[in-house]
Amino acid sequence: MTTQQAAAIQVQGLEKAYKELRVLRGVDFTVARGSIFALLGSNGAGKTTAVKILSTLLKADAGTARVNGFDVATQAADVRESISLTGQFAAVDEILSGRENLVLVARLRHLKSPGEIADGLLARFSLTDAGARKVSTYSGGMRRRLDIAMSLIGNPPVIFLDEPTTGLDPQARIEVWQAVKELADRGTTVLLTTQYLDEAEQLADRIAILHEGRIIVNGTLAELKQLLPPAKVEYVEKQPTLEDVFLTLVGTKA
Amino acid sequence: MSKHFFGDTAVLLGRSLRHITRSPDTIITTAIMPIAMMLMFVYVFGGAIRTGSDSYVNYMLPGILLITVASGIAYTAYRLFMDMKGGIFERFQSMPTARSSVLWAHVLTSLVANLISLVVVTLVALLMGFRSSAGVPAWLSVAGILILFTLALTWIAVIPGLSAKTMEGASAFSYPLIFLPFLSSAFVPTDTMPGPVRVFAENQPVTSIVNAIRALFTGQPVGTDIWIALAWCVGILIVAYGFAMTTYRRKIS
Ligand SMILES: Nc1ncnc2c1ncn2[C@@H]1O[C@H](COP(=O)(O)OP(=O)(O)OP(=O)(O)O)[C@@H](O)[C@H]1O
Ligand SMILES: [Mg+2]
Repeated sequence: MTTQQAAAIQVQGLEKAYKELRVLRGVDFTVARGSIFALLGSNGAGKTTAVKILSTLLKADAGTARVNGFDVATQAADVRESISLTGQFAAVDEILSGRENLVLVARLRHLKSPGEIADGLLARFSLTDAGARKVSTYSGGMRRRLDIAMSLIGNPPVIFLDEPTTGLDPQARIEVWQAVKELADRGTTVLLTTQYLDEAEQLADRIAILHEGRIIVNGTLAELKQLLPPAKVEYVEKQPTLEDVFLTLVGTKA
Repeated sequence: MSKHFFGDTAVLLGRSLRHITRSPDTIITTAIMPIAMMLMFVYVFGGAIRTGSDSYVNYMLPGILLITVASGIAYTAYRLFMDMKGGIFERFQSMPTARSSVLWAHVLTSLVANLISLVVVTLVALLMGFRSSAGVPAWLSVAGILILFTLALTWIAVIPGLSAKTMEGASAFSYPLIFLPFLSSAFVPTDTMPGPVRVFAENQPVTSIVNAIRALFTGQPVGTDIWIALAWCVGILIVAYGFAMTTYRRKIS
């Protein structure tokens, strides 16, 4: 029971359909406090749908989900106090400056001294020089960094990152990875979705694969690697990558 | 209602007003079309139109003001659509912010932007010779009717703003609204129109609103027109608000 209460995210039997299309068909997982949890899945697997349900933007058809101890369906306001969402596409105000975006979010979270918070985050995400510029002049990587910075305002204990590095160049990806690692070091729980297997390998404490509406595996990287039948390991000196694991699992299930 | 509703609405209103001050072209484009129509009607067609009024600018300004609002609310739909598409709407909805503030901020922004355009168009009309004997109460009544009309049309604009798939779709709904004054008493008296057109013109909302504003401007008794005008505005407002809120709830659940 104590471990249950300690979990930052608990999902049980989650189902969601868009008309005929059954996207989630009974999803279960738990995320421990202060850990990074990666939800892997191909295009259309339902990652965004799951994140939207957890961040109170969508209602599930069945099942329960608790975030920071609050039920997403019945205690939505408490859930929103506990989370931040960085959606799949950077949700920033193009017409405002980077600093104004941060101040706006700080105000909407009803925090004191929004200006100071904004300046602190600009510095932390190397955006100080660009802070006064309109966001429409930002590069993709800068925009994503601002997007993530906006999500950190108010230090919510749980953060959702939906494909945080899709469309970024390798350098920008590494910057985002660093930001995510720092978050976890500070004790924030991070749930991220990704299609990149190396991203999950790099960042996540636990990895779950969402496939055909269910979590087909869930474990640490080491555990997932053991799922590969040893007979298939032909090159003794080469460890199987997570990609091998993924393709084998998805391939055999399909 | 969340305890933060007013504060959050004010913060978000500040945000969209900043959008307007950063791209004042939306106000200019809103005002330019009615101004161009006014110039054309007064200096090109005006001489040929018999209205029984001594000044054609005086006659047509009420209709022009309604066209100004009808073209202005296309931007309301556009701004809302951009927020939906850009994902910032979802960001706000996932925050501990009063949820309906996002919508109300857009509605209030629409009101402010349209009032500015209306003032600009009225100033141009004054330059073109518009004169009114209306006193302060009559001007306030005109302002009241125009505010109600703007709110009614704004809530109509919220519906495509929330549900449109493309930017064109989000603003196309305003074309028929811009066209409606042409089938009313706004530019020519309805009694010159052929039968069915006349029946439509005399019974559609724009005619009563135009007649009420015209009577207020010229210091004539407003008669029943003002009540019909108010009933139309309030009626459209309530129905549009109902549909907009239904669309909104469907979007956020
Ligand atoms: N609002 C919606 N209406 C109808 N179908 C939808 C809706 N949103 C998503 N879908 C469908 O549900 C499925 C899962 O979508 P979802 O966005 O959750 O997938 P995803 O794993 O995030 O994919 P991606 O990697 O492409 O972002 C897809 O087939 C998608 O087309
Ligand atoms: Mg997605």
